[in-house]
Amino acid sequence: MSRQAGKASQHRAGEGTEDHGYPCPLVQTVALTRDYPGIRALDNVDFSLRAGEVHVLFGENGAGKSTLISMLAGATMPTSGQILFRGKAVEFDNVHAARNLGISAVFQEFSLIPQMSVAENMFLGAEERRRGFLHSGAQTMKARAVLDDLDFRLDPTERIDRLSRAEQQMVEIAKAFRSDLSVLILDEPTASLTVHETDHLFALLRRLRKQDVGIVYITHRIAEIREIGDRVTILRDGRFVDTVDAKSTSEDELVRLMTGRVVGEVFPKVSSEPGDTVLEVRNLHTDDGSLNGVSATVRKGEIVGLAGLIGSGKSRFGKACFGAVGLRRGTVTFKGERIPKPTPRTMLDRGLLYLPPDRRDDGLMMMRPAFENMSLAAVGMRPFSNGWIVDGRRERKIAGALAERLKLAPPRLDRTTEQFSGGNQQKLMLARSLTSRFDLLIFDEPTVGVDVGTRSAIYEFIAELCEIGAAVLLISSDLPEILNLSSRVYVFFGGSIQVELAGDQINEENVLASFFEREAA
Amino acid sequence: MAIRTDTTARPYSGIFGLPKKLFVKLGILPFLLAIAIVIFAAMSDNFLTGRNIMNVLRQSVYLTIVSLGQMLALVTGGFDLSVGTILALTSVVGALAMASVHAAVPEAVWLAMAVGFLAGIGAGTAIGVCNGIGVAFFNVSPFMMSLGMASVGFGIALYLTGGVPVYGMPREFGDLFGFGTLAGIPLPIYAAVVVAAILHVVLYRTPFGRYVYAVGGNIKAARLSGIGTRSVLFRTYVLCAALAAFAGMLLTARLDTGEANIGATMPLLSIAACVIAGVSLRGGVGRLENVILGALFIGLVQNGMNLARIESYLQIVVLGALLILAVIADQIRLRYLASFKD
Repeated sequence: MSRQAGKASQHRAGEGTEDHGYPCPLVQTVALTRDYPGIRALDNVDFSLRAGEVHVLFGENGAGKSTLISMLAGATMPTSGQILFRGKAVEFDNVHAARNLGISAVFQEFSLIPQMSVAENMFLGAEERRRGFLHSGAQTMKARAVLDDLDFRLDPTERIDRLSRAEQQMVEIAKAFRSDLSVLILDEPTASLTVHETDHLFALLRRLRKQDVGIVYITHRIAEIREIGDRVTILRDGRFVDTVDAKSTSEDELVRLMTGRVVGEVFPKVSSEPGDTVLEVRNLHTDDGSLNGVSATVRKGEIVGLAGLIGSGKSRFGKACFGAVGLRRGTVTFKGERIPKPTPRTMLDRGLLYLPPDRRDDGLMMMRPAFENMSLAAVGMRPFSNGWIVDGRRERKIAGALAERLKLAPPRLDRTTEQFSGGNQQKLMLARSLTSRFDLLIFDEPTVGVDVGTRSAIYEFIAELCEIGAAVLLISSDLPEILNLSSRVYVFFGGSIQVELAGDQINEENVLASFFEREAA
Repeated sequence: MAIRTDTTARPYSGIFGLPKKLFVKLGILPFLLAIAIVIFAAMSDNFLTGRNIMNVLRQSVYLTIVSLGQMLALVTGGFDLSVGTILALTSVVGALAMASVHAAVPEAVWLAMAVGFLAGIGAGTAIGVCNGIGVAFFNVSPFMMSLGMASVGFGIALYLTGGVPVYGMPREFGDLFGFGTLAGIPLPIYAAVVVAAILHVVLYRTPFGRYVYAVGGNIKAARLSGIGTRSVLFRTYVLCAALAAFAGMLLTARLDTGEANIGATMPLLSIAACVIAGVSLRGGVGRLENVILGALFIGLVQNGMNLARIESYLQIVVLGALLILAVIADQIRLRYLASFKD
């Protein structure tokens, strides 16, 4: 505590000397605090943002990053403490108040209306008018000017629901530029972007930096901190830990500051001894044409990684094996049994579980108690029920044991799922893989939006499953994850497998080489 | 991770702390119940008598059973606007079948009643089968499907009777299922208790019950967990209709006639009972015990207004206003709940 306080004051003392043309920081918070019933989400945090810097907020899920930015953006009011904008105390009681000062935030959950056009969304609430009536022509032109200026190749008249998630994110960012911008807040903007789109975003951020815009940037990816960050502020349990230089601070140091402990290897050693073939897929085609002739095998006791860009078919393949996508052609053989028409029910009964990438959308019942989410896939089977009656006491006992094993925090299983942090919600879903004896587990992006501490717990969990003899199919857009955990890798492109890599062949160069179309295919 | 136990961090303290906490935990219903009891007890001396309370219970039986069915539909994220029609069609078909068997073989009273029950409940459940097929297999929105079926069913009921009440059922039917008592307690109350007990087991002890909540909680997650979501939806609407049909037969016994005009207020009242009891219109949330209380509350308000000699037209105004109040309270509660999250 005292050490932290000392650092904090030291940090504040250094503030006045380093400025970029302004007598004071662009945005500064003084002892900012926000209480929720029973929880102090943010505790006396001092944070400062200079003009023309990218300031990364770093911390585990639940550390208070989201609370901090939602107060800066005017979406939440502080319980106590102050926000200074160019040295003057300001109070935002809504998002518009912040936006009027040029503070705009792009949150993870988009605020776009799918049925409206890009231009209509960009100017929502500030429509171009002529004599009180909408003037859509001028609005479209203005939107086009903003998009061109940002170098976003988007048609302002296109409907939002026709755009990819990355393009929608571009619209969200463009929204911030409809008026003068002084502070841009980005909450994990690259989570849904491809490598190329990420490069594009970073180029934009560099340009903004030159225009003296202050950027607050939340990310879990350490590589991004290096690439785009100037300073990093680390939060832990709602408290300020330290503000450090982004380029010179080592990765281990960042992780230590974030978790408060020395974390050894993030990735566990996986000892794999491949056994019998569990899953054999031949020449798989899906109804919607997203897979064209995919053949793959997975054996007992190995982790097989599926890499590729978003939309390359790797996630589709996982769903198809599980029977959640209609198949047009091809065979699925599971544990030696040919499955003519896979459905989630038939595959679950035979011992295959697929865990979806989007826990909020496809995975969890947010308003239901935690234990119900853990047992969901197995509640109709033994040992949870005899097919007719659910054994509630046993269900809670099993759920309690799983919570302990996965270190669920807080371990209160009657709480509704939405009351848990993102990482703990992920654990609730992963717990399903232990509710029955599954022979093959398909994890689709198991660590999206999860902090480093939880991440290594998830990797350990996956490695353990593999060691007790289960087969694991790991679908991931996170390359280090694939490289470090898999004993074999299939790289997808355009709905088919480009290459299969094993053992020493698995390295970044080889995997990336197959990410894009090959000239002579 | 950042949870403290110190009470100073809680903004909800002081005199409003406890009611607020209760409100967030239990919803609006306990408050409404307390307010209603105080007001009506002050307005009429007869309100809090044992006889009147038994009366309220008996009168609430029909709404309670229908509301339990409605709750199933609401929990899956839909609703059933055809419950009123189901009551009417059940009443008409049940009465017609019973009366014709009774006319043909007057001595076989039990046979007439059995045939009547089967025919009536069968006809009502058929509406639910249609609802279920539409919602589960053709993805018709529950609103359109049940609204359409409400018109279809009501039309059939009127067509069968020409709008005239159906007479000629055996006297024993009304005497037993409408007015019969056991140990001083009206038989319909036993019926409601049995229905609630069975449904409680189904909802909270069987996988099917869990699936009903799962489909409303997150239908995609349910599908990826191997739950046959279509089958669950179908069965939900059939069960909802069967419950409404059962209530329809009990009400027919009480009225001693088959009527095409009963149940017109049932869709509104049953949804109101559920919403007041904290069943979420977004699906996935709602407890059976609370829904029973919600239906009893509406029965209590109706009874109290009768005793206080409030005109029946005005009573409809009060009930509509209560429904809206309950929805607003639910929204406010959600806002408080959201502030519990980090």
